[in-house]
Amino acid sequence: MAEEPESALQLPPSSTTDGEGPTEVSPETATPEPPSSAAVSPGTEEPAGDTKKKIDVLLKAVGDTPIMKTKKWAVERTRTIQGLIDFIKKFLKLVASEQLFIYVNQSFAPSPDQEVGTLYECFGSDGKLVLHYCKSQAWG
Amino acid sequence: MTDDKDVLRDVWFGRIPTCFTLYQDEITEREAEPYYLLLPRVSYLTLVTDKVKKHFQKVMRQEDISEIWFEYEGTPLKWHYPIGLLFDLLASSSALPWNITVHFKSFPEKDLLHCPSKDAIEAHFMSCVKEADALKHKSQVINEMQKKDHKQLWMGLQNDGEKKNQVMIHGIEPMLETPLQWLSEHLSYPDNFLHISIIPQPTD
Repeated sequence: MAEEPESALQLPPSSTTDGEGPTEVSPETATPEPPSSAAVSPGTEEPAGDTKKKIDVLLKAVGDTPIMKTKKWAVERTRTIQGLIDFIKKFLKLVASEQLFIYVNQSFAPSPDQEVGTLYECFGSDGKLVLHYCKSQAWG
Repeated sequence: MTDDKDVLRDVWFGRIPTCFTLYQDEITEREAEPYYLLLPRVSYLTLVTDKVKKHFQKVMRQEDISEIWFEYEGTPLKWHYPIGLLFDLLASSSALPWNITVHFKSFPEKDLLHCPSKDAIEAHFMSCVKEADALKHKSQVINEMQKKDHKQLWMGLQNDGEKKNQVMIHGIEPMLETPLQWLSEHLSYPDNFLHISIIPQPTD
């Protein structure tokens, strides 16, 4: 318990970890607005490398929900909100039946099948995505 | 301005003729007749299929029934996407009515979210509206609304024109030079997102 791994969010077997450990998000991906040119340009081969890169996620507890000692995690872009919820529940040793809600901008709960990469592109700032988590519904 | 109203009305009240059929492996006591319904494009499957559920449960035994889910040609249908979006994405080139298969067993956990109640749909819908508002107006619109206004948004969707009869079945294939801004203003779903389906052209 005392020796929590450094900020590397360990993934369930399904996705392949390339053993890099936590990766810093490079500055060019850190702009909150999606680069319009990339969105329009048809089928470049570039994104492959980009999608592999992890993003920084900052997890903050709300209300009486327990805090996590490690707040900043490097997370795969393709990880879903549900995956993140499962991870936090396991980390906090919550019972499976307990609910956990994740919020963006302290306002809305993204649907569980959304990928954090998408949320990061839309709502990330300063090179990270801030998410609040709570055991009860914090923001209707 | 009148033109705009026509567009908005057609988009808002579009319906898709649909035929629901019970999955062949479901156990029934009597034969299950298919059930026909006009589905509102802007609504959600689990919100408008109470009658479908009742219809099939009548011929089934209680112990053979668990959470209902829907499938089209092998693809489980996500209830948290608007119906029109599902149709445009998966079935826009199919013949009408849209043939949807109804299941009461083997819920595909990996593909679908559970829908325990109408409250779950409402919570999802409101979250979408808020997400869209955060993107479009930095949450200014939603924050200025009161709880009762939020409720009204939702009620509006639920009650949407039982009496109206316009049928716009398919999504609109916009001219490629149409400004996204215009599309967003006129063709957004009630969840405030402009859903764009990108469908590969059949190669033949």
